[in-house]
Amino acid sequence: MTKDYSVEPEIIDGNPSLKALDDVIIKPIDEKPSKKYHIVLSIMVTLLLIMAVCVGLTFYHGIGLWGNNQPVAWAFDITNFVFWVGIGHAGTLISAILYLLRQQWRNGIARFAEAMTIFAVICAGLFPIIHTGRPWLAGYLIPYPNQHLIWPNFISPLVWDVFAVSTYLTVSLVFWYVGLIPDFATLRDRTTNKVKKTIYSIFSLGWRSSNRHWKHYEKVYMILAGLATPLVLSVHTVVSWDFAVAVIPGWHSSIFPPYFVAGAIFSGFAMVSTVLIFVRKVFNLEHIITIDHIEKMNKIILLTGSMVGYAYIIEWFMAWYSGTPFELFTAMNRAFGPYAWAYWIMVSCNVFFPQLFWFKKVRRSVLVTLMIVILVNVGMWFERFVIIVSSLNRDFLPSSWHYFKPTIVDFGILFGSFGLFFTLILLFSKTLPVVSLAEIKSVAKDAQPIYSGGEHDA
Amino acid sequence: MPDKKLFGIAALFDSPDSIIKAAKKIKEAGYKNYDINTPYPIHGMDDVVAAKPSRLGYVTLFIGFSAAAFILSFMWWTLAINYPLIVGGKPFFPLPAFIPITFEFTVLLGVLSTVFGMFAIVFNLPFNSHPLLDTEYMRNVTSDKYGAVIEADDPQFDEIKVKAYLKSLGGNSIELIFQLEDVKQKVFEPKFLVFLTVVAILSAAATYISIDKLMYIPPFDFMQNQKKGSAQAESSFFTDKREMRKPAEGSVARGFIPYEFTGITDTNQFYGNPLLPSKKVLELGQSKFLAFCSPCHGDYADGSSRLRALFPPGPTLHSERVIGFTDGKIYNIITNGQNIMPSYASQITREERWSIIIYIRVLQRAQNPKTSDFTTINEINKESGNVQN
Repeated sequence: MTKDYSVEPEIIDGNPSLKALDDVIIKPIDEKPSKKYHIVLSIMVTLLLIMAVCVGLTFYHGIGLWGNNQPVAWAFDITNFVFWVGIGHAGTLISAILYLLRQQWRNGIARFAEAMTIFAVICAGLFPIIHTGRPWLAGYLIPYPNQHLIWPNFISPLVWDVFAVSTYLTVSLVFWYVGLIPDFATLRDRTTNKVKKTIYSIFSLGWRSSNRHWKHYEKVYMILAGLATPLVLSVHTVVSWDFAVAVIPGWHSSIFPPYFVAGAIFSGFAMVSTVLIFVRKVFNLEHIITIDHIEKMNKIILLTGSMVGYAYIIEWFMAWYSGTPFELFTAMNRAFGPYAWAYWIMVSCNVFFPQLFWFKKVRRSVLVTLMIVILVNVGMWFERFVIIVSSLNRDFLPSSWHYFKPTIVDFGILFGSFGLFFTLILLFSKTLPVVSLAEIKSVAKDAQPIYSGGEHDA
Repeated sequence: MPDKKLFGIAALFDSPDSIIKAAKKIKEAGYKNYDINTPYPIHGMDDVVAAKPSRLGYVTLFIGFSAAAFILSFMWWTLAINYPLIVGGKPFFPLPAFIPITFEFTVLLGVLSTVFGMFAIVFNLPFNSHPLLDTEYMRNVTSDKYGAVIEADDPQFDEIKVKAYLKSLGGNSIELIFQLEDVKQKVFEPKFLVFLTVVAILSAAATYISIDKLMYIPPFDFMQNQKKGSAQAESSFFTDKREMRKPAEGSVARGFIPYEFTGITDTNQFYGNPLLPSKKVLELGQSKFLAFCSPCHGDYADGSSRLRALFPPGPTLHSERVIGFTDGKIYNIITNGQNIMPSYASQITREERWSIIIYIRVLQRAQNPKTSDFTTINEINKESGNVQN
């Protein structure tokens, strides 16, 4: 299998007509869901209901139902929060950064990745709120003139988090919706169902695909991409400051922001790959989301995985170089202490397995890719677990050392959050085009004018 | 269809090349009101139709900078002015700690303003009553065809000519597009009013229930109904039945130093006033005197009580007797009280008491000035150029 890498491969395989692209992408929306879809959906909704029960119990009885203790006051909740926020980062990276870099292969996967961003941030936003124990008081985090005459402490990283995550959710949602407007117009003009037509008309805002619209639309898309690019880098930076600004050994480290951002992109791409591998198979989109896409994403996973591995090594170096006995102790405690099992799961999943992507055969094998990206997802969850729990469980005062054991409610909420995520993904895949129609058409073969010589002068 | 007004004539083209050529020719033929509709942006079309570049970026720039300036000054205002946050000697304007929120807020408002700007100003969207919508032409151009439409209000418009012209450019499926009939919708229809009323009642009820009822049922009331003792309640746990515990014998409040000269009325024999009459001390003494002493002794210590007829007035402090008091004796009176005057030990700190005494001395001297005082004042006035007549 030799391939000339100097030639950019066709983004869409098989040169289908524009009409055929419309048909294949819109097919899942028009068709009644199959039996398999119902089965998967019911599994995911069951998980979601388990989460609802666990969260309800938590609200009623309090945080005591979780395994959190002193000194491990942050455990599964914040681990899940950081994990889900990280998952979201790939979507914005694909839709904004790759857009600015003129990576046209992103057009096939951008819509889905953006949707995943939104759903992941929804999952993430849940955790700090339920972790407060009294979520109905979470409104105090928003600066509004209240009768207590107090304001949020704007110099606290936890308040930065509120601003960063809510801005991220809003901007992702707006970005996604702007991308959807032309597609809503296409859906509006295709459907014969009156109810559907009304809904699509409302959301399409009367889009007419006019050149005058496109001119502003492309400008706005560019501005949004330009603003979303620093935003996506800032969000996980702010999340990392939740830790780095504290003085806990193992947290208080200036490498955290880049380390977290690289880890976020790493885990996000792994999740995008995991889901897209199923989506392209189930919806017959293999010619639009091609093996080349998967290979390119695998390369990014390889790069960011190596960056994460580098950060692990630097942590050891800094533990020694800082000259602080506490830092060194925390590092030793991570790798050889009570949570050594979690540390080594993290290292093997995040550093070792992605290195297999150096081999082209592995990169281009869907099955192996699927296995590795699932391992990366597991590894990245454990990374946050290790950072949070292994740093906290042995603090400065040996008399308060405590081993954290999750309870069944902890697991219920963790697996339930996957239920929430995949329920939203499933509903999305049946209601909206999973590939951006306008964007994929613009990169189809012969979609742009060629300016063939002679006639052009007229 | 003579009763319908023509909006324009539309034609479809099959390839991006043909639409670009057609657009170029329509432009060159001098048509002003025409539009090109394509399922995705065609590169180079803006050059062909000589479209001005979008100026939405200025909206982003302006709103973004305004947002940054607003949030930065807002955070400073809350942190330093409205509710000063005194934590560990941290500055009131910590710029580095303000950067994250300033950045996030700038991005948020920059994005929202750009998108709303696009919707509202540029597109005039939502605009679901445009004549082009819901036509065969529109169904094609949002899918896989490229279209051009020449509008009827163009100065050169002529139905037959335009039809032929579009055909000559290679357009097919020529379609006449008509204006929609103006249908005036009444704003306040009974149905709509009923709907509004229902929404109002429902939201009011939901607010009432969630604030006035929900918060008083478990688990929302857990914070109110904790197992705790309240200050004045009877305790079933402690043998002395007091819920509020007395401090241990000999406890001293933080920052409070017990007065060791109880029973001695004049402490001047042990130590004098530790402060010198500086401007700072006098200002402190004045503010404390006005706060604690002036209600009974008067603003100028002349015994003109503000609480006349409510409370026995305090005596003037300008009497020979009081002028003759030593600083130690006045200090003792403020600390322990005298006759009907209570002790101010818990309200006025030691430093403040000594400052008050210095201020009282100044008031006394002002009532009974010496000749040398006038000389000094005149000298000071001369130096500052403030001529006294």
